[in-house]
Amino acid sequence: MLQLFFARLLSMFGVILGVVTLVFLLIHLVPGDPVQAMLGESATATDQVALRHALGLDQPLLTQYFNTLQNLVRGDLGTSLYSKEPIREMLARRIPVTVLLTLAGLAVAMAIALPLGSVAALNKDKFWDYTAMSFSLLGISVPHFWLAPLLIMIFSLHLGWFPVSGYQNWDSLILPALTLGTALAAILARMVRATLLEVLNEDYIRTARAKGLSHRAVVIHHALRNAALPILTVLGMQLGALLGGAVITETIFSLPGIGQLTVESIQRRDYPVVQACVLLISVSYVGVNTFTDLLYSWLDPRVHYHA
Amino acid sequence: MLKWRVLIPSVILGSWAILSLVAQWLPLYPNQITLAAILQPPSFDAILGFDDLGRPLLARLLMGARTSFFVAFWVVLISMTLGTVIGMISAWLGGYVDLWIVRIIDVFLAFPSILLAIALSGLLKPDISNVVFALSAVGWVGFARLARAQTLSLKRREHVQAAVALGAGNFRILRWHVLPLLLAPLTVEATFGIAGVVIAEAGLSFLGLGVQAPAASWGSMIRDGTLYMLIAPHLVLAPGIALCGVVLSVNLLGDRLRDYLDVKRKD
Repeated sequence: MLQLFFARLLSMFGVILGVVTLVFLLIHLVPGDPVQAMLGESATATDQVALRHALGLDQPLLTQYFNTLQNLVRGDLGTSLYSKEPIREMLARRIPVTVLLTLAGLAVAMAIALPLGSVAALNKDKFWDYTAMSFSLLGISVPHFWLAPLLIMIFSLHLGWFPVSGYQNWDSLILPALTLGTALAAILARMVRATLLEVLNEDYIRTARAKGLSHRAVVIHHALRNAALPILTVLGMQLGALLGGAVITETIFSLPGIGQLTVESIQRRDYPVVQACVLLISVSYVGVNTFTDLLYSWLDPRVHYHA
Repeated sequence: MLKWRVLIPSVILGSWAILSLVAQWLPLYPNQITLAAILQPPSFDAILGFDDLGRPLLARLLMGARTSFFVAFWVVLISMTLGTVIGMISAWLGGYVDLWIVRIIDVFLAFPSILLAIALSGLLKPDISNVVFALSAVGWVGFARLARAQTLSLKRREHVQAAVALGAGNFRILRWHVLPLLLAPLTVEATFGIAGVVIAEAGLSFLGLGVQAPAASWGSMIRDGTLYMLIAPHLVLAPGIALCGVVLSVNLLGDRLRDYLDVKRKD
């Protein structure tokens, strides 16, 4: 167990190092001159040199790379070009909103997907299965940036139940969470269905039935519990889609989170902030996936990775 | 039951494809501004009404379809070619090449893909070829992973072993003995890839990172429409329904295709 723990941790740091490198290289790999893109074509040569120097882009590539790594280890993410604020503080202010939104989206997704997937699996190839899976297919095909205006039109403009956008209280999170959760629920429902169908074919389900347990008890205590683990892994993997969706959702609803900061910073051509946001989101994603992996092997003693 | 599931999506996709191909010869004026018609709802004269600048929505919708299909075609083509070649080479050569390619793939998978695409197209000048670049840079990974996994298992098949024993070169084996067997899973992946790219392109354009005005994209049309949701909901509804219709059709066809090509299930 301990060996597995350290092996997974080591590979996580490998991936994180790769992520840092790629984010660092983004600004260099991209064709064209980032400084010119930031300042526009009419900028004077002096301004270009000044910005190049401020970003450290006039130094050799390797020196820049090691400086970046060194600063990251110290927890220094640099300062924003636009507001001159330390980026770390900007991120710290916005993290809670994104975490809340993601958790709320996750809760919505689970609340929809578990019943939907279970109903589909228990009525395989019957009416309810087709209905649930059609709904799921629809959910996969409706993008966040269209669902959100629809929800706003119905619930904010016509019914007036929730605020249109902005972030004041819990009410402001409901529509964004619904937007974010529905797409995930659609994917998750298919996973729940597939996993449950697999579990229902296991020997211990037959044993439980043979013992004379009620259908309900078998499903809840034997099938769903065993299906929980694979679903957990899928959930970890889908977090990436959830975080990506949060970028768009936060922008639509003007929620002051990391995603909105990313898009705002892109529009302001504030590249250090963009890099920091992308880094933060990706590293959290990698971290959560490693955590779910470890949790999985801890919860299910049958799992033995050959690490 | 089975027929309409293939027929309806095919008809939807086919008509969009044909319309967007012939759109340039149709009497459409997507950039013509009629001030008197600003925000006018659908009517007999203009089936879908007019947008906030008094431009006919139907014509703009068709221009948006062209953008979508253009981007989807190139992104899927580029990322499929690139991903397949990388994946096949990685699995075939094995050793350190494979090790490093797998690590690179892992790093790309560590990013939520839309986030990387947003960052890339944000760094580049916003235009359609950069959207294709950003989405391909993200898209090849899925194909590479699939091609690698499949090639790894095909490597041990008898006909490949026989080709090796006969002294066939690497290129010849990969091209004639491995690639043909990869086509079925790759086609399914590509179909779902189209749906993903159509959504991603619209998402980038929604954020203002895709095609620029006056060119039209369904994503930018939805964004512009959200400003007038209360008085002119058709500006949001029309492009959204078009987008969902296309994505849903592609997904439905992909599902059928996967079932159809899945040899195990046919037995």
